[in-house]
Amino acid sequence: MKPPPFSYHDPRTVADAVGLLASLDNAKLLAGGQSLMPMLNMRYVLPDHVIDLNRVEGLSYIRANNGALEIGAMTRQRDIEFSDLIRQRCPLMHEAIRQVGHRQTRNRGTLGGSLCHLDPSAELVSIAAAFDAKVTMTGKNGARSIDFAAFPVAYMTPALEPDEVLTGATFPCWPAGHGYAFVEFARRHGDFAIVSAAVLIEEKAGKVTRASVTLGGMGPAPVRASQVERALIGEVIEEKRMREICESLRKLDAIDDIHAPASYRQQLATVLPRRALLKAHERIAEGARQ
Amino acid sequence: MSDTRKITVTVNGTRYEETVPVRVTLADFIRHQLGLTGTHLGCEHGVCGACTILLDGHSARSCLMLAVQADGHDILTVEGIAPDAETLHPLQEAFRDNHGLQCGFCTPGILTTLIELLRDNPDPTEAEVRIGISGNLCRCTGYQNIVIAALDAAKRLRSEDGRQKTEVR
Repeated sequence: MKPPPFSYHDPRTVADAVGLLASLDNAKLLAGGQSLMPMLNMRYVLPDHVIDLNRVEGLSYIRANNGALEIGAMTRQRDIEFSDLIRQRCPLMHEAIRQVGHRQTRNRGTLGGSLCHLDPSAELVSIAAAFDAKVTMTGKNGARSIDFAAFPVAYMTPALEPDEVLTGATFPCWPAGHGYAFVEFARRHGDFAIVSAAVLIEEKAGKVTRASVTLGGMGPAPVRASQVERALIGEVIEEKRMREICESLRKLDAIDDIHAPASYRQQLATVLPRRALLKAHERIAEGARQ
Repeated sequence: MSDTRKITVTVNGTRYEETVPVRVTLADFIRHQLGLTGTHLGCEHGVCGACTILLDGHSARSCLMLAVQADGHDILTVEGIAPDAETLHPLQEAFRDNHGLQCGFCTPGILTTLIELLRDNPDPTEAEVRIGISGNLCRCTGYQNIVIAALDAAKRLRSEDGRQKTEVR
């Protein structure tokens, strides 16, 4: 298996990358390459031009700004995994990133690559949904930001114009002392998750005051379980009640494919958020004890 | 069609200036153009881990990179692990002594992966070793002796003797 013939471009600035993207036909952006390279090797994609973003300056950063973390599109998954800032401010992302592929792929793979590839089971895609992240892109008409919720438009298709490059994402942090958990079910470590659950909660006097519950792997885009999020407000998190609340998730639409039938995913959709909620609650309790 | 680029890479301490077709993977470049056939290709789509090399000290799958992307970078392949032609690296010794390989096809990728793992975490638990090599497929050993060898290597590398041997490169 060898990649098909293409012309290779390695711009140094976002403006140059946008210029190439706007002027070349059938061009593909290459970020960390952990999805595009297998697709090239297997000739699932046949671009005439590959525009490599690895030498573009200014797209790799993790910084705190106004209660949010801003992460550059070309930031390696490895850098996210080992970032103290992310572990302290967005521990949910830290927990999820360790489930992304393997050490060898996290060393190359990037945040932006994962968000734009939009694999239905991708952890970082679910995390962006869980945090109500904003994504920023630059095209020939300038830069714009949109809510991540509007970013997936169809199966593995992001809301990017043909001349646009994703440059970064902003993740609003939850206050210190919040609960979090990322739980996924995969047949083997590092394998694509069949279903994943990402949970963020805040509690006051033992009762939930705010909740974010996200399911990955159910459909083309991550699903925010807004009904469950509302139902959780005012509740005390304990096994029996969570079982009742999460049962409604069985009604969600789910993909039926070679990895699992829809009913199996729907079963996981009732189980994984419950486990994640209990773990998130336990973490709040642990934090309070310290 | 036959777009080529001139690249400069350092592989196992040797500097190479080569002209490569832009679509050639780093793995094929290392094997075919540099003749370093210790890096093995199993699946060629990022699943088996056999082609793992260290790029600037970090493990990466060489089938998931283009050779042109390695321009200006430093690469370590399995050929560069041993300090010299007569001496094995403590990790290699541990694999030999613990029957950590059978057919040997996956071994180069597992050794390079473990070089990074043991450098970052000199005293890993068995679970950490298993997670560390979870991106490497072995169809012979059942992994048991690979894990034993990795833990034994960690012990050897923590000893003074082992540290000296790895400072060669």
